[in-house]
Amino acid sequence: MANKISDEVMDYVGILAKLELSGQEKEAAKKDMEKMLDYIDTLNELDTSGVEPMSHVLPVQNVFREDVVTNGDNKEETLGNAPLRKDDYFEVPKTIG
Amino acid sequence: MELLDLTAVELGKKIRQREVSAAEAVEAVFARAETAEPLLHSYVTFNREDALAQAEEVQKKIIAGELTGPLAGVPVAVKDNLCIAGELTTCSSKILSDYRPTYTAEAVRNLQRSGAVILGKTNMDEFAMGSTTETSWYGPTRNPHHPEHVPGGSSGGSCAAVAAQECFYALGSDTGGSIRQPSSFCGVVGLKPTYGTVSRYGLIAYGSSLDQIGPITKDAADCAAVLEAIASYDEKDSTSIRREDLHFTEALTEDVKGLRIGIPADYFGEGLDEEVAEAIRAAANILEEQGAVVERFHLSLVDYAIPAYYVIASAEASSNLERFDGVKYGYRTADYDGLHNMYKKTRSEGFGAEVKRRIMLGSFVLSSGYYDAYYLKALKTKALIKQAFDQAFEKYDLLLGPTAPTTAPLLGESLCDPLKMYLGDIYTIAVNLAGLPGMAVPVGRDQNGLPIGMQLIGNHFQEKILLRAAYTYECATNRQFEKPADIEKLQETCREKTVRNTVEKKEEVSAGKEVQAR
Repeated sequence: MANKISDEVMDYVGILAKLELSGQEKEAAKKDMEKMLDYIDTLNELDTSGVEPMSHVLPVQNVFREDVVTNGDNKEETLGNAPLRKDDYFEVPKTIG
Repeated sequence: MELLDLTAVELGKKIRQREVSAAEAVEAVFARAETAEPLLHSYVTFNREDALAQAEEVQKKIIAGELTGPLAGVPVAVKDNLCIAGELTTCSSKILSDYRPTYTAEAVRNLQRSGAVILGKTNMDEFAMGSTTETSWYGPTRNPHHPEHVPGGSSGGSCAAVAAQECFYALGSDTGGSIRQPSSFCGVVGLKPTYGTVSRYGLIAYGSSLDQIGPITKDAADCAAVLEAIASYDEKDSTSIRREDLHFTEALTEDVKGLRIGIPADYFGEGLDEEVAEAIRAAANILEEQGAVVERFHLSLVDYAIPAYYVIASAEASSNLERFDGVKYGYRTADYDGLHNMYKKTRSEGFGAEVKRRIMLGSFVLSSGYYDAYYLKALKTKALIKQAFDQAFEKYDLLLGPTAPTTAPLLGESLCDPLKMYLGDIYTIAVNLAGLPGMAVPVGRDQNGLPIGMQLIGNHFQEKILLRAAYTYECATNRQFEKPADIEKLQETCREKTVRNTVEKKEEVSAGKEVQAR
């Protein structure tokens, strides 16, 4: 079964992915994704009824520790990486009108 | 260039015995890099002054008796997705092209504690997404054995640097084969440890449930020494495993008598190059001659690993890469209209095509309506693949097969058909899904002189068996397939063919200077 992805779905995925694709890019991405999904659909040949989805192969549990600060004050270094800063804040475009 | 022929452990010994200084070792690899870099482009940043300063510090500690380990003073190259405080860490992406982390990856910290001298950061596929090192924003790395071929990926820069003797060993990361496949293509030894063995703290995440950091070295002895240095339990990585035995160098014995080796017959099917198949069979025969019991068997579900992987890895990538939004670090677009437009434009301009492709796929498979059909289905497939390996390891101590179906492809051949490129990872990907240790060991050359690597796969926590088998193989073959690339010959080839250099003058690369290949 060949997968067909509508423009609406592509737009929706673009919103989720926070990516803005040009018309040409979008067409290419759509074709790529359809081809990948056709390939991924081979998984449907497998009977997985009764199989538990496995996120971790080894038995790992949540790890808890005391909430103690161990690193020093990296404020300047951290803010130094910001594309735009204002005083001690990361600067972003205005979000509230 | 005798010094460059030493393995990391051999060099470490000479440094401890004061026959060579750490600074001399840095100068030797720097001289080599000056020759090799314009042809290969293994590094994104090469930091000579800083490396010499580190060498001086380390030398003092060696003299004072504070550093006594096998790697003290030995120069290492680090893949550019591992954070080093204050050092440019780009993931070979435009979006991180000016990023300087405030902290250092635990694996790198462990090396620093062992007295390693860090030379610089190696080129890679952007965010480790790719199998050729061609998706790097800084341009591709070339295979040191043949400049028209790729080094493999995504740790292509690290593997090329080791093969070209531009460092004595390197660190890579492996999410679907990114240490083992380029190691195989470059004729070096590479190991992906059991998931949880090396802390992922400070490794810029791609597929968190699959990512592992591992050594890329000249031989098995170096591999064991480096793994011993970087493996540790780390509370900063919630999936870190507290392992009892991390003495990997103890495994370096010449003994495979009675070792049960299974050869997955499924790995020798359609698509496997005949020269590769022949080299792998020959390697298995050698281990059999040394006393191993070799048997072919059927490992099921081989064809389902790649589709399951691309669902899981892309899903995790789409989530992990959400943090790159132009606010806290990295690139921000020049013109934008409001916050959301800034996010979108920043990401669209900052990420390359392959990264966007995987983020889109990942966002799709996690979206409501498709989550069960794709993401959960892939996680169930992963459970079945793990089961198939569990069954295999009831009968065998070790699995042996090819690392990749072919030797290194030509530059430019892979990216036009992503699906075809993905299929090249068929033997390595299942190992990540099952969290197993896997190791690539050079076992031959094809008719073009390109290296062929076998892959050894062990059960969880059985790195020592892999190292023992690799070491025994090396001894039996007199390490004949682990010869470094011939850089002088490479220079001649490049002169003759006037191969177009993708990177302009690299001699200028100095402390923290960014190489803008584009």
